[in-house]
Amino acid sequence: MSGVGHLLRYIAEPGLLSSGPVRIAALVGAVVAITSGAVGVFTVTRGQSFAGHSLADVATTGGSGAFLIGLNQFWGFLVFGVGAAAFMEIIGVQRRRGRDVATGVILGAALGAAALFLYLGSETTSTTGASFTILFGSIFVIASSTVPVLVASGLIALIVVVALSRVLLLSSLSPDIAAARGVPVRLVGAVYLIALAVSVSLSAVAIGAVLSTALLIGPAATALRVARGPGRAMATSAVIGVIATWLGIVLAYDSYYWPPRGHGWPVSFFIVAFVFVFYLLTYLRRPSRPGRGQVAQTAADPAGQAGPGERACSAAS
Amino acid sequence: MTENASRAGSGELLRLDGIDVRLSGREILRDVGFAIRPGEFTGLIGPNGAGKTTILRVILGLQAPSSGTVILAGEPRGKSGRSRAGSLVGYVPQKLLIEPDMPLRVRDVVALGIDGNRLGIPFPSRARRELVTSTLRAVGADGYADARVGELSGGEQQRVLIAHALISQPKLLLLDEPLANLDIRSAQGIVAVLAKLAREQQIAVLISAHDMNPLAPVMDRIVYVAAGRAAVGSSEEVLRTDVLSKLYGQHVDVLRVHGRVVIVAGEDGADPASPGALTGQPDPVFGSGAA
Repeated sequence: MSGVGHLLRYIAEPGLLSSGPVRIAALVGAVVAITSGAVGVFTVTRGQSFAGHSLADVATTGGSGAFLIGLNQFWGFLVFGVGAAAFMEIIGVQRRRGRDVATGVILGAALGAAALFLYLGSETTSTTGASFTILFGSIFVIASSTVPVLVASGLIALIVVVALSRVLLLSSLSPDIAAARGVPVRLVGAVYLIALAVSVSLSAVAIGAVLSTALLIGPAATALRVARGPGRAMATSAVIGVIATWLGIVLAYDSYYWPPRGHGWPVSFFIVAFVFVFYLLTYLRRPSRPGRGQVAQTAADPAGQAGPGERACSAAS
Repeated sequence: MTENASRAGSGELLRLDGIDVRLSGREILRDVGFAIRPGEFTGLIGPNGAGKTTILRVILGLQAPSSGTVILAGEPRGKSGRSRAGSLVGYVPQKLLIEPDMPLRVRDVVALGIDGNRLGIPFPSRARRELVTSTLRAVGADGYADARVGELSGGEQQRVLIAHALISQPKLLLLDEPLANLDIRSAQGIVAVLAKLAREQQIAVLISAHDMNPLAPVMDRIVYVAAGRAAVGSSEEVLRTDVLSKLYGQHVDVLRVHGRVVIVAGEDGADPASPGALTGQPDPVFGSGAA
């Protein structure tokens, strides 16, 4: 432990772990990263990154509106995010191409409203940091009273997605197979979309509405490049998210002493930067796909080319 | 019900009677009927757009017929039929190409065939793992059980999907154009696997294809679909110039070249795409009358 303590002291400024806001940030950040990591695996697998972005954009409107009327932004993110999820379900975003154009137009309107709300908010309260907080996050200024709500929302979204994981995978594989086996595909998709909205709202609290999908898509996309099997992909994605978030918190805390002195760098920048670096690192690995395929084939059939079965079966017939 | 019971007793696994399907006023299927017994290998043959996929969707309960009945294992497929099909019928849909980023290994895909329709996470067990392995072995795909399914070739993916459909031990296997886009050798391999399953495990196989020739050696019966109607029987009964001309509603020639069957459209006649082209009393070989 003391070794870890020494190491920490090199990385982190003293006082890191005794700071209340940092503890809250570390806790909420971990919950958000784990939830987003697990939910994000299905967002990527189902090809719903655009839906995630859309929810984040609409959540921005909710967050800025909540700020304008003096509510905690999480409630604004959540209400607008879930509302947008329901609306997207109604106009048929589940279909393979979604309703790109309609969604795009609505997003434009939503962000326009967000601009108005943020403008009005800064006029009336003269807290210039508010826009920045809503758009780019505020993990160090999370009120301790909202922590239980954030943690509970994250756990609920996580439990729902884990419970639905097999059904989601089967529907991703083929909606027709799932439907033929009695899975209510559309209902499952709608429930997933709501879990996605909750996850985006949490991520918006941690790293801002604009950046929220970075924590959703980045770790999941990274995990899908390195991990095999759905369980491992979800776990890897969650771990990558937590590491990026914690490292981001540590560096943001340190950056208070970096130039320009007295102004810490935004924690969201560090988190998103780590997510991006982790994703890039997966490209440094030897190209895995052809290699793995060959290993699998040569193991059973040194002659390669046709799968081992083709030959066996032709012979059997 | 007694009638159904007697039919089940007569050994029919599946029976379609007088199936009509109309979608937004357009007639997709008209008076389609045939029956399948355990272990039979049936080819659902016809040009693209003839209604083959719709027939499979009706059997699966994904498409409600406008009229007609589907009887599966002695029970009419009704409103309650969905979950029933789940265990009795295995299904391999058409044009299913799995993306490389799908986080599923081959064995994950096959395991989803056991209980992919349930909530929660599966309890890993040795028996489960061995069931997956033995099912993969049955389709000749055990060599790449741990590969990512999205990294496999089309023919390999087909084998995996067949294993996925097979692991719940269905009595009937429905495959929608599984040979499309496969090279000849992969296609032959798949056909051999399916024929073996039908022969050794008494699984009835209903396979749709626009080209009947790869299936010719193993088919017990043909359901030939054209213009929304079906002609049913053995190859000799169905693949005849008079039968298919009537089905298409225009003159077609059935040619046999080096053991292969080629169907060539004639010059005259009505629009083959119009299901109304076939009128008059059904020939014994058509529609519900055939079994």
